[in-house]
Amino acid sequence: MATALSRIQKGTAAEAAGRWLVRLLLAAAIAIIFVPLVLTFYLSFFDETLILFPPHAYTGRWYGRILPEFGGALRTSLLTSLAAVTASLALGVPAAIGLAGRRFRGRGALSTLLLAPLTIPGIAIGLGIYVVAVMIEERTAWPLSGSIPVMMAAHVLIALPWVVRLCMAALANADPAATEAAASLGAAPWRVLWRITLPSMRGGIVAGALFAFIVSFENLEMTLFLTAPGMTTLPIAVLQYLQYHIDPLVAAVAVAQVVVVGGALVLLDRWVPVARAIA
Amino acid sequence: MSRLTLDRLGKRYGGSTAVEGVSLDIAEGELVVLLGPSGCGKTTTLRMIAGFVEASEGDVLLDGVSIANLPPHRRDMGLVFQSYALFPHMSVAKNISFGLEMRGVSGPARAARVTEMLRLTRLETLADRLPRQLSGGQQQRVALARALAIQPRVLLLDEPLSNLDAALRAEVGREIKLLQRAADLTTVMVTHDQDEAMAMADRLVVMQDGRVQQSGTQEDLYERPATPFVAGFIGRSTIIAGVGHGDGTFAAGGAVLRLAGHYDGSGPGTLALRPERLTLAEPGAGSVDGVVEMASYLGAVREHLVRLGPDLTVLVRDSTAGPGRLHPAGVAVGVHWDTRGERLFGPDGSPLTPTAGRNAPSRVGETSPSQRSVIYG
Repeated sequence: MATALSRIQKGTAAEAAGRWLVRLLLAAAIAIIFVPLVLTFYLSFFDETLILFPPHAYTGRWYGRILPEFGGALRTSLLTSLAAVTASLALGVPAAIGLAGRRFRGRGALSTLLLAPLTIPGIAIGLGIYVVAVMIEERTAWPLSGSIPVMMAAHVLIALPWVVRLCMAALANADPAATEAAASLGAAPWRVLWRITLPSMRGGIVAGALFAFIVSFENLEMTLFLTAPGMTTLPIAVLQYLQYHIDPLVAAVAVAQVVVVGGALVLLDRWVPVARAIA
Repeated sequence: MSRLTLDRLGKRYGGSTAVEGVSLDIAEGELVVLLGPSGCGKTTTLRMIAGFVEASEGDVLLDGVSIANLPPHRRDMGLVFQSYALFPHMSVAKNISFGLEMRGVSGPARAARVTEMLRLTRLETLADRLPRQLSGGQQQRVALARALAIQPRVLLLDEPLSNLDAALRAEVGREIKLLQRAADLTTVMVTHDQDEAMAMADRLVVMQDGRVQQSGTQEDLYERPATPFVAGFIGRSTIIAGVGHGDGTFAAGGAVLRLAGHYDGSGPGTLALRPERLTLAEPGAGSVDGVVEMASYLGAVREHLVRLGPDLTVLVRDSTAGPGRLHPAGVAVGVHWDTRGERLFGPDGSPLTPTAGRNAPSRVGETSPSQRSVIYG
């Protein structure tokens, strides 16, 4: 009895230690994620032209300079990302439906091909596209390098795997018999698609679009090879700015970016529980 | 409410045959159960009827008209899936109304039909719930209501009870049967569970390896199984491979059994014994002697596993309502049966008809033309 009791107490002691360890790890993880964010936020209000600590005053004027300084790049980024998301959905949703459905020759190869850009470094993709564009340009005199179509195509390439992956995950969770049930109830194939298949992958579509947007919007390394004067995305414009200035404006831009993307996530999560769509 | 005919239906996948030569005529309002172990081709047959699997050969006819070339959505069949396959993003009422909507039924008529189906399946209070908020039994009723709402020409049930608790199964099975009969629906059901099949069917079709083994009523299959497989599957007979001798004995597993019937000829064969038609007797007084190996009291019945020879045991089952008692292991007993307890099959698996019972008056030299006198071996 006494030994059993002491064993239980020992057990609870070990459990308590375990709980504290979990809390500690959690706190560390939260710190690692949020400390840079908080610091960036703090920096963005410094009233200094160089980042000096401690600042002699605080100001919100850096936020006012975002649009005049980076407005053009932001516009390019938004247009590129929205175009990439639209094209990725147009290609990726049907591809996911096809790949998740019946087996066919070349299914594995097609699936690998669609997901491959995830595994290749952005630098390699960017360089490859740039070289090919220049080679074609030399032979045909089409002005491809630094052109809008090439930039958009490249962004579709890196956004597409996310749409395909997440849509396939959503379809894998859906009961394939539901489409057969709909057919047996008299629904022609296109009505099955519209009424049953697409609604069942709604979470995947929304999550896929969101990830595609983020991946495209914040891409730096691949886009480095594809920009041209007058066609610079926001991350590249920030990088270029950093080469000549180190002031709190960059921090303000980063904060604005986090607010926009985070806001989109929160809004979408209310509409479609993204976490559930991916799980 | 149509007559469904399967005419030599077959399905091959590459070199392997999933279904071969299935012919069936299902009358209006009849409930036919396709029964067999997994992989026997019953589900493939059902999917060919529904149109999800294209038949390699043969035809499917509704009221004499071939539907083999129609896509599933034009076949007018109500289908209940094993997984229920409810539309997860639609309420119960929307699920039920889906088929009517696809058929262009007008709003008021649709609402009336949905209300009727909800009432019939006792789902009125759940009309606005989503499928994931329902229990298994409730989901199954929604699936049934959805299939019945369109007043299909044929109702197809794919293992409709196998996802339910054992306790619910019999009740839901009866419910389905009553609804089916009330609507006078031609129905094909697929199951691997013989109790379920026996309880619900008007007629049973036993399949194995893609072929129909036997088709008939419960009594046909139980009393007159056409193959050793059917004898073993329906009622779970003890199946014994051995050699029959002309003197009315059957040697198997190191034992010699005295058959109840007299069969012409001799040679290898298969004997099927019904546990519930075997009785225990004094040693020497039965068809064969043995030793009790295991005895179980199961409430309604007693079961004795009796060892007859080094490689042969039989199961004897008797009602606890009758006389007799549980014999402990190790007791020597005799096992007795009459012609209704045994079924003998020739080496090709076809049943042999006894020319005379052991206790029947001797009719030597008198054989009717209908009686088969197969020399087996």
